Amino acid sequence: MHEMSLCEGVIQLIEQQADEQQFTSVNTVCLEIGTLAGVEIEAMRFSFDAIAKGTIADAAKLEIISVQGLAECPLCKQQTEVTARYDLCPQCGHYPLDILAGEEMRIKELEVQ
Amino acid sequence: MCTTCGCAEGDTQIEGHAHDHSLEHHHAHSHNHDHSHEHSHNHDHGHALMATHAAGISPARILRIEQDILSKNNAYAADNKSYFKQHGMLALNLVSSPGSGKTTLLTRTLDDLKAEFSQAVIEGDQQTLLDAERIRATGVNAVQINTGKGCHLDAHMVGHAVETLKPEDNSLLFIENVGNLVCPASFDLGEAHKVVILSVTEGEDKPLKYPDMFNAAGLMILNKTDLLPYLQFDVDQCIAYAQRVNPGIAILQVSATTGEGMQAWYNWLRELHQSIQSNTQNQTTITNN
Ligand SMILES: Nc1nc2c(ncn2[C@@H]2O[C@H](COP(=O)(O)OP(=O)(O)OP(=O)(O)O)[C@@H](O)[C@H]2O)c(=O)[nH]1
Ligand SMILES: [Mg+2]
Ligand SMILES: [Zn+2]
Ligand SMILES: [Zn+2]
Repeated sequence: MHEMSLCEGVIQLIEQQADEQQFTSVNTVCLEIGTLAGVEIEAMRFSFDAIAKGTIADAAKLEIISVQGLAECPLCKQQTEVTARYDLCPQCGHYPLDILAGEEMRIKELEVQ
Repeated sequence: MCTTCGCAEGDTQIEGHAHDHSLEHHHAHSHNHDHSHEHSHNHDHGHALMATHAAGISPARILRIEQDILSKNNAYAADNKSYFKQHGMLALNLVSSPGSGKTTLLTRTLDDLKAEFSQAVIEGDQQTLLDAERIRATGVNAVQINTGKGCHLDAHMVGHAVETLKPEDNSLLFIENVGNLVCPASFDLGEAHKVVILSVTEGEDKPLKYPDMFNAAGLMILNKTDLLPYLQFDVDQCIAYAQRVNPGIAILQVSATTGEGMQAWYNWLRELHQSIQSNTQNQTTITNN
């Protein structure tokens, strides 16, 4: 499962931060995940609990901010919400659209102690 | 766990690597763990409070990280990429669902291009050494990575496999990913291109059902065309779907078993290899001047 390795990535980045920023426990992990990123949010939560066990982020609360897909038509410049990468421009029918948002897979913030 | 570099490898096994920790001193990529730190700012909102706190109690604080979850993989991929570039190698990441014919396509390619190129193969599967053995039967060097539960190769595993494999300069390096049309799309290995192989028995709708993969690929190889007479597979529709998710994608039709269409694939490889060579040469001339 894809989400498992993403969570491993999250924990690795947190451990690296812990070294640099001198903290010993994590209360909250806040992620930003775009709807076009191909990440299953429920699977992410499930994996996080499993992967975080015994690490610095054990018992941390996981917050996920979902970012809606947004694209712009390169021809008519119409901006539109998209649910798939290959959506057509609702105004002129052109594709592909330039994706402006929705591909995020980011650690946004940590609350640490 | 890779003890020297501290990298977590989970239950990944790399042939000739996992139990030989001496290899880890010769990483193709440097594990200096200082990749992509530039975005971390310490917005210590508890700062004013902290001064009045009793010494020894650390208050909770918010760290704004803003780091891509894949940044670690991407840093390893960048290391691999520069290694490939330095050595004039053309690295390709072959992705597909299980059984589309990646290994069959590869063994035929290796045989046919043996005289022309130095070649090497990294084989990714969850279990077994079978595919690497099929490759080695052609006389070409191969190393197998078993990802265990992992459903894709990542750039870190590939870096270690390259160390073990030590491909010659200017060689073709084929990386056969784990059969999976989903996850390998997100994990850059440092390759020049992803090549997605779709066999005609899978149905023409796959580019639309797995758009991320077809979007990430530079070339789609439609394989098993020898079976077309027995199927209801609409080739034109399939091509239209692939171009819908990726208008720039190159498309070739082959049968890896009969050999039909393989020359076009070889020409695609030759052209790409050639352009990499001339890039490398240009660079050398520039640095020499
Ligand atoms: N008819 C026909 N069969 C093919 C062709 N290419 C591969 N096959 C068959 O498809 C089956 C799977 O081929 P492999 O080369 O093992 O496929 P793969 O993509 O490497 O499979 P995994 O590594 O397990 O994902 C084998 O039985 C091959 O003989 C082709 O062009 N035509
Ligand atoms: Mg195979
Ligand atoms: Zn995966
Ligand atoms: Zn438009």
